[in-house]
Amino acid sequence: MTRIRVATTWLDGCSGCHMSFLDIDENIIQLFDRIELVYSPLVDFKTIPENIDLALVEGAVSSEADKEEILTLRSRSKVLISFGDCAVTANVPGMRNQFSVMETLSRAYIENSASGQILPSGFVPKLLEYSRPVHEYVTVDLFLPGCPPPAGVILSILNDLIDGRPLSLGGKTRFGA
Amino acid sequence: MRYPAFLQRIADRADVQPVRILTFSINGQAVSAREDETILSVARENGISIPTLCHLDGLSERGACRLCIVEIKGSPKLSPSCVTLPRQDMEVITNSDRVLDYRRKILELLFTERNHICSVCVSNGHCDLQSLTTELGMTHVHYDYLHTRHAVDASHERFSVDHNRCVLCQRCIRVCEEIEGAHTWDVMGRGYLSKVITDLNQPWGESTSCTGCGKCVQVCPTGALSEKGKSVAEMTKKRQFLPYLKLMRGDESR
Ligand code: SF4
Ligand code: SF4
Ligand code: SF4
Ligand code: FES
Repeated sequence: MTRIRVATTWLDGCSGCHMSFLDIDENIIQLFDRIELVYSPLVDFKTIPENIDLALVEGAVSSEADKEEILTLRSRSKVLISFGDCAVTANVPGMRNQFSVMETLSRAYIENSASGQILPSGFVPKLLEYSRPVHEYVTVDLFLPGCPPPAGVILSILNDLIDGRPLSLGGKTRFGA
Repeated sequence: MRYPAFLQRIADRADVQPVRILTFSINGQAVSAREDETILSVARENGISIPTLCHLDGLSERGACRLCIVEIKGSPKLSPSCVTLPRQDMEVITNSDRVLDYRRKILELLFTERNHICSVCVSNGHCDLQSLTTELGMTHVHYDYLHTRHAVDASHERFSVDHNRCVLCQRCIRVCEEIEGAHTWDVMGRGYLSKVITDLNQPWGESTSCTGCGKCVQVCPTGALSEKGKSVAEMTKKRQFLPYLKLMRGDESR
């Protein structure tokens, strides 16, 4: 059986959605008979390959680097899933959207910094004005809400996709779950 | 129609002025109703569910959220069923594609107006707004978020209000006025810039009219009003008191 080519990435997220993915425990063994992880923070590939069948995106789009990553990933993937609340709504990263980028940066690097008190420049990606959901930048094929989405739901959605069954979340996961 | 008080007493007498009974249909099902019952209440009596947010049994209707919209044959606009009375032979549709589509859009717009971060909200898992997303099949928001900045007022000894989570349903205003009789809450401003206020927009803790009864907190459908000391997902609301209070006040109408 040819294995489908899966990529996962995290943008502005806490890695919790990926941890929930790993929470499928021993099911991962059967799953990996059917998928091949071609790009992911969980494995050691540095660049996004071509011909991805399925991409899971955790996190909001918050910086120039996130934006570049999501545009490239989308252009190389057949199916793209917004994976978790940060990807779907901007969630916790989006809490800064009430404030300007400068207010956010000075809160973190000046007001609450005991020493240093220098704003980062050059060596970290530039923050965009707002932290936004993935679908505001690229077309998303499926939305998987939850903070994080439960492991069982992730597994059943992946199996449905691989088997070509119609996809329905049917209230199994929700915002904040 | 309201008459002068001495005539109204006669008009209110069922033997002199019996309430008319109407027949009409909901989703093709024939139903009967008193002429003063809303379409929403007739639907629910007949086991037909219509989603609501600002409606709460025991309070007057406000028609604020528009989630209860239905289609009425012959009318180009959709009508909020909690404030629309039936007419003889009216044909009501509660579940057409058009209705479902607009309900979802209204719900999405509610999420764009304020800042709802369910994962860190006191009401996570116990919120009427959040439940509506699964009920109406809302998977994401198609519109741009407004990123408006809102305050939190934690000046009251036992309660706090987080305007980021408020949907302007006005349940707090109605329970405080109609059940508690204090009328501490009101609304100021226009459109999406409106906000609920205590007294004349003073900090809640300085309000001289608030009795501290907590009814507003219990009826609030979201995490906007909460008890202090409750952390993420800990704020469950108790609403069982409303029917009893209504009964004790001898108020049969609503
Ligand atoms: S009020 Fe409800 S919908 Fe809004 S953030 Fe809290 S749980 Fe979510
Ligand atoms: S605590 Fe009671 S009196 Fe005070 S604002 Fe709420 S409902 Fe009104
Ligand atoms: S504070 Fe709560 S009850 Fe009052 S209008 Fe806002 S959401 Fe409704
Ligand atoms: S429930 Fe009818 S408008 Fe809110």
